Amino acid sequence: MEAASIPAGRLRSTRRFGDRVGDVVFYGVSALATLLGVGVVAAIAWRVIVGAWPAIKVFHLAFLWHNVWNANLNEFGARDLIIGTLVTSFGAMLLSTPLSVAIGLFLSELAPPAVRTPVGALVDMLAAVPSVVIGLWGIYVLAPFDANHVQPAIHSVLGWIPIFGGDPHTESTVFTAIVVLTIMTIPITSSICRELFLGVPTELEEGAIGLGATRWEMVKTVVVPSVRAGVVAAVILGLGRALGEAIAVTQVIGNFIPLHLAIFNPGDTIASRLANQYQGAITNLQISSLIYLALVLLVIEFLVNVAAQRVVKRFEFQRTGAD
Amino acid sequence: MQPEISLKATGRSRRRMLVNKLFEGSSILAAALAIAVLAVVIWSVGSRGVSAINLDFFLKGPSSSFFGGGGGIAPAFVGSFLLVAIAVAFALPVGVLSAIYVSEFAPAAIGRQVRLWLDVLNGFPSIVIGIFVFALAVKVKVPLLGIGHHQSAVAGGFALSVIMLPLIARSTMEVLRLVPNHLREASYALGVSKWQTVLRVVLPTSFGGILTGTTLAVARAAGETAPLLFTCALAGQVVDWNPTHSVMSLPLTIFEYSESADPSQHAQAWAAAFVLIVFVLVTSLVSRLLLDRSRRKLGLAR
Repeated sequence: MEAASIPAGRLRSTRRFGDRVGDVVFYGVSALATLLGVGVVAAIAWRVIVGAWPAIKVFHLAFLWHNVWNANLNEFGARDLIIGTLVTSFGAMLLSTPLSVAIGLFLSELAPPAVRTPVGALVDMLAAVPSVVIGLWGIYVLAPFDANHVQPAIHSVLGWIPIFGGDPHTESTVFTAIVVLTIMTIPITSSICRELFLGVPTELEEGAIGLGATRWEMVKTVVVPSVRAGVVAAVILGLGRALGEAIAVTQVIGNFIPLHLAIFNPGDTIASRLANQYQGAITNLQISSLIYLALVLLVIEFLVNVAAQRVVKRFEFQRTGAD
Repeated sequence: MQPEISLKATGRSRRRMLVNKLFEGSSILAAALAIAVLAVVIWSVGSRGVSAINLDFFLKGPSSSFFGGGGGIAPAFVGSFLLVAIAVAFALPVGVLSAIYVSEFAPAAIGRQVRLWLDVLNGFPSIVIGIFVFALAVKVKVPLLGIGHHQSAVAGGFALSVIMLPLIARSTMEVLRLVPNHLREASYALGVSKWQTVLRVVLPTSFGGILTGTTLAVARAAGETAPLLFTCALAGQVVDWNPTHSVMSLPLTIFEYSESADPSQHAQAWAAAFVLIVFVLVTSLVSRLLLDRSRRKLGLAR
């Protein structure tokens, strides 16, 4: 009864002044830091739009389908760069998706634990190799190998298809860029796939095996269908990396703008063009056009990210809906 | 006498087993391919790089004679160290504080939003981050600070810190979530205020995890080239500790030497790549092991 008679105001004041101020200050500082961190996203978008504005005013949206890049005439357009970006990234996805899914399946379903851990760590290590090192290796090891062996082989079999035409002995090619991007996206996609496949309930897998399915039938009918949307999201995340990779691509692709539909020719992408213009940009319009290019890349990346989020959300919905 | 039953699969089951073998074989092949690529990359960098590594390589600047040869890339080592140190100085406090905010203060809905936007930031192409800093700090004059309007180590370090920030913040959030709640509650029960609980209980408990997350971010930032292209690329060829100057860096040196016409610079590019790859792989491997260990420790404590 004694306690009840103490007025509420006194109870509050038993907290030391320093504690009360400290809590508020600490809350404020950490909230400010969060705002700063998240604000960088907005600042990047804002700064890029502002920087691109002079070029937007001159070229409008025609920038997207105009295909001249001539600093002397002050004419800039991004069409071939956009196409180059899409061709290299989707080409890399075509190669890396089956490989990544297969690696994920190997690590989650086939490999014994003693093999799984080191192999998984090695695949992850591939992700840690800096892109400039992959690019250096691409110039002096991969590109000659492609030009002497891989490209002629593909050309001799599939050369009648226009996309595999061109001179297969070229060293700096779109094809080599695709291979480099494949190498860089595999660790990302495969490690997410592995986690997804490991998350599939063991009872489901054992049920399939118990019904007499082979491992392949189990994978085909139980494992992959139950995480299909997650796999799509993993592939899209890899795609995001491929779209934005600048250094390794610019080292191997040859930085050549006129568009060829054949992948055994030099080409260029948005990110790679940005990377190799860093010393050459002189006029304000050229700088602004480069920033416009960055904006286009950012919009493509953003769309890809939103798509990934949506797919993941649908995937979560499916999982909770099924439970 | 009963007829012998053949245990050899025939017809349909034979085909199913073949398909299964094909699947298993191709999975193993895919994993082997990925490891082979890693091995070939490391082997080619190692075998070409080691020959150019000597004491001069670490201690001297690029040789100034026209015919090249000799010299080292000491300025790039110093520059890379400077850039990464600046990046950590920017990114570590902001990253850890925002992780504290999300895990200790913020409502779940805000926490989700912060995570989402940090993931978006993580997905930004690094070249765009370089252009952002270029437009922000390099083009704009900041007369009082003496930075800006020209490329500098501060600008480059800031660009790298934008790369590091989501990595540090996300890994710290993950570790803070693993700190057992009864530790916090015990502290509150003793009458300790929230900020002191965070500083004296939560942070020390998760120190190992934050350290390893930061190390991983350092490994990533040390190898990034694209953010430096527009912010810290036009550098002198001498050792320079001044952060308001543009400095050489390891990844950019590799990038520039790889496209050089001088074969002795190719050898140095391979050597620099070898040093970089050893640094990055060793740091990320060690920090991954440490992360597993601290995670296990926290997991047991719960």
